[in-house]
Amino acid sequence: MSRQGTAAHPSAPTVAKVRMRFAKRGRARFSSHRDVARAMEWALRRAGVPVSLSHGFSPHPRLSWLGAAPTGAASEAEFVEIGLTVDLDPAVVAREVDAVLPEGLSVIDVVRAGPGALADRIDASVWRIAMPGVDPQQLAEAVAALEATEVVEVERMTKNGPRTLDVRAALVDLTVEGVNAVTDTPGECHPNDGRAGDDAPGDGPRPAGDDTGDATGEVSDRRARAQRAGCGTLTAVVRHTTPAVRPDDVVSALRSVAGLEPPVPVTATRMEQGRLGGSGELLDPLEADRATTGRETVPARHAGEDRPD
Amino acid sequence: MSPESLYERLEPLLPRVRKPVQYVGGERNATVTPWEDAEVHWALCYPDAYEVGLPNQGLMILYEVLNERADALAERTYAVWPDLAALMREHGVPQFTVDAHRPVAAFDVLGVSFATELGYTNLLEVLDLAGVPLHAADRTIEHPLVLAGGHAAFNPEPIADFVDIVALGDGEEVVGEITDVVKAAKAEGLGRQETLERLAGVPGVYVPGLYEVTYGDDGAIAAVRPTSDAAPERVHKRTTSDLDDWPYPKQPLVPMAETVHERMSVEIFRGCTRGCRFCQAGMITRPVRERSKRGVSEMVEQGLEASGYSEVGLLSLSSADHSEIGDIAKGLADRYEGTGTGLSLPSTRVDAFNVDLAEELTRSGRRSGLTFAPEGGSERLRRVINKMVSEEELIRTVSTAYEHGWRQVKLYFMCGLPTETDEDVLQIATMAHEVVRAGRKAAGRGDVRATVSIGAFVPKPHTPFQWAAQTSPEVVDSRLRQLREAINSDRSLGRNVGLRYHDGQPSLIEGLLSRGDRRVGSVIEAVWRDGGHFDGWSEYFSYERWETAAARELPRQGVDLAWFTTRERDGDEILPWDHLDSGLDRGWLWDDWQDALDSREQDDCRWTPCFDCGVCPQMGTEIQMGPTAGAMVDGGRMLPLTPVENRTSTPVHNPALAP
Repeated sequence: MSRQGTAAHPSAPTVAKVRMRFAKRGRARFSSHRDVARAMEWALRRAGVPVSLSHGFSPHPRLSWLGAAPTGAASEAEFVEIGLTVDLDPAVVAREVDAVLPEGLSVIDVVRAGPGALADRIDASVWRIAMPGVDPQQLAEAVAALEATEVVEVERMTKNGPRTLDVRAALVDLTVEGVNAVTDTPGECHPNDGRAGDDAPGDGPRPAGDDTGDATGEVSDRRARAQRAGCGTLTAVVRHTTPAVRPDDVVSALRSVAGLEPPVPVTATRMEQGRLGGSGELLDPLEADRATTGRETVPARHAGEDRPD
Repeated sequence: MSPESLYERLEPLLPRVRKPVQYVGGERNATVTPWEDAEVHWALCYPDAYEVGLPNQGLMILYEVLNERADALAERTYAVWPDLAALMREHGVPQFTVDAHRPVAAFDVLGVSFATELGYTNLLEVLDLAGVPLHAADRTIEHPLVLAGGHAAFNPEPIADFVDIVALGDGEEVVGEITDVVKAAKAEGLGRQETLERLAGVPGVYVPGLYEVTYGDDGAIAAVRPTSDAAPERVHKRTTSDLDDWPYPKQPLVPMAETVHERMSVEIFRGCTRGCRFCQAGMITRPVRERSKRGVSEMVEQGLEASGYSEVGLLSLSSADHSEIGDIAKGLADRYEGTGTGLSLPSTRVDAFNVDLAEELTRSGRRSGLTFAPEGGSERLRRVINKMVSEEELIRTVSTAYEHGWRQVKLYFMCGLPTETDEDVLQIATMAHEVVRAGRKAAGRGDVRATVSIGAFVPKPHTPFQWAAQTSPEVVDSRLRQLREAINSDRSLGRNVGLRYHDGQPSLIEGLLSRGDRRVGSVIEAVWRDGGHFDGWSEYFSYERWETAAARELPRQGVDLAWFTTRERDGDEILPWDHLDSGLDRGWLWDDWQDALDSREQDDCRWTPCFDCGVCPQMGTEIQMGPTAGAMVDGGRMLPLTPVENRTSTPVHNPALAP
């Protein structure tokens, strides 16, 4: 007879681990970390991935999560480590899981875990913050003001009440597109910001062109005005501090030092996570695993490419 | 023409509200059909928050059934919380569906499922946000037909002014017939009145606007008369006869947002023959129709594949009563052992068999609390409500549970039952103490727990208690106070007993809405206009608001709050729902009410001869139970399913991932 504390039939042990990079796009950006974690657990089960389970009386799948993008932010660089009861080809895991993820979540890469903790290879993020209705030049001036200030404290509501954090200390680099860089087209919001093309609600089996037909002239006045005013896009390299400085905090900092007031909510996308290199670039945290396990990876998937249904 | 997607306009509002993910849709297994591909467009509404409404089985079933039709599409809409509702009003964004974010007003039918009467104010909020006139009389052919269904719709009179049509009973078949009529009406260019008259001809469909209600000097109903030849004198409920023909949901919706039930639910039978006199669900869903062992097993297998859920709920009104539940439980437990799949069986049976079942289902984990529902504190009261459990039986059962490793037992009761006295309720304390004493002995340790959960009884239409006086909140609250004191009077036992209860006031309003007639509609509207909504949530419910509105609206119509709630009805009074037929014979209900007052029990007709409640002959149905035909099972084993191989920790077999 089963007794509390000792499951009569424990599930199979962990024999391998894989590390997955995945994206959270489109309307899925409104999901919280808990939402994403549940969705991933269920997707792994739908795909039939033999995830190992913890022992005891309430077995749960062995997934280890790394610093999740906040609710409202999209991401091209979320990471999770998955324990398996069977050693599987990471490329097949990537394909099978991607096929059953909910709309807005996409697998980007899966590697066999090598030695060392993934968390030790991540200490910064690259955020791309699109600000519809904010003139790029005005944004560049605000960024210059922020960079010229030594300490910029903003307040954020946390579970334990308001908390003050220094945004400036976490900022490694700030770039305004179309102003500092010559390659970007100034004044247009990146199509992947906020409402990724692949994950627009209402798509699916709709006739081609239907979407654009609906959208033109039907967007709200405020949004249309914002788009006419252009779109400032800021790329921020942010060091992971405690508590983490989020894209919203960067916007609050710009408001505080330069009075910048985006007319509509900004949309932020985490583009990269990794270890900060010597010249401010981020090193791919899965590179070490590829090197030690010697496996090929699936090509990275791009925004705009949906799961194969 | 295809209506615009509202998402572009909604999205900028979402960063400003709590839990925005509940409004974005995109659930796994959701269906978006091009507008032009369908001739009849259904918006299915659960008039409560997304987290409550999304897992609702009824809505999920109808969503799939309708979307499988080539000529129909169905999308879903839920009540939005006040923070978003305010922003929607400010920015002119109307009530939307979560599937394709289309405006609700653009649909042909707005089907609203009422599990509880406390959703009525949310109906008005949804209509108003949608831009649909609140009163059916003010709508034109341009507006959706507002359809009410669900258990509460068995007395839709309080919302008769706000809905166009009501569907009584099981929905699987009637939604198709309504679709056919609406499609033909659109093709023929019928007006609203003609469409409604044609719908009145669909069995199970009630069109309140085609009936006139008159009242006598005493406040009671004088007559309910059809005003159109198209409307039948009485409307009979629909009954889906064979559940194996309706294996829905096949593709359960899996949301991104957190919801109240995150599991694969399979309805293992519908209906109940236990005959608990307080239980509206048990009365209106007769007769019992069991899903076969094979049907259950296939639904579980396919549902887990489609959803990835790690819990399976075997649902019904009394799941342990399925005639083949032992085989089902063992078969599923064997099959999913080691796969991290939890099995649960909500059940209220108080006997050792129930503990055996629970043990089978939890053998690979998740052994939390066991729940029993004696419902009444004293043996006399349990005879009144026809819930036959002896105290010895209960003690024996909970002892078995504690012996078998459970540390917590939950006991469900009601307060305010007909003929109840203070003493009946105080016996709950005695019982709880006995349970803890027996549990300590059986478990051989002191830290066992018993939780007593107690709610106020609300008399419901179509039950033997439909004539009963509801107990006033003051009396209920006083009895609950005394109960708490009695439980704590013995500190050594009392500290192991948890007591969970709610105030009696919300129940009185539920009583008003349950047994109200058309005059109550003005109270609902007044409460909504005063800001009332989400009445099922204690942080939003305001008794004062309801009491004030009732005091303002009812006396000028010759009645008051007490008249609808705490007043006992005579046998010859015309009840507001008498023209709506749940299959139960009114004479039988009255006799059962008299038996209750005499503390006489009634047997379960599943195991004993028919006692003529009226359902089977009138509905042309019969009790359907196992055993499953021999040809369908493989050597007595469940199914053509193989056990999950090698315990690879996943219930789903994917050849691409085979080791």
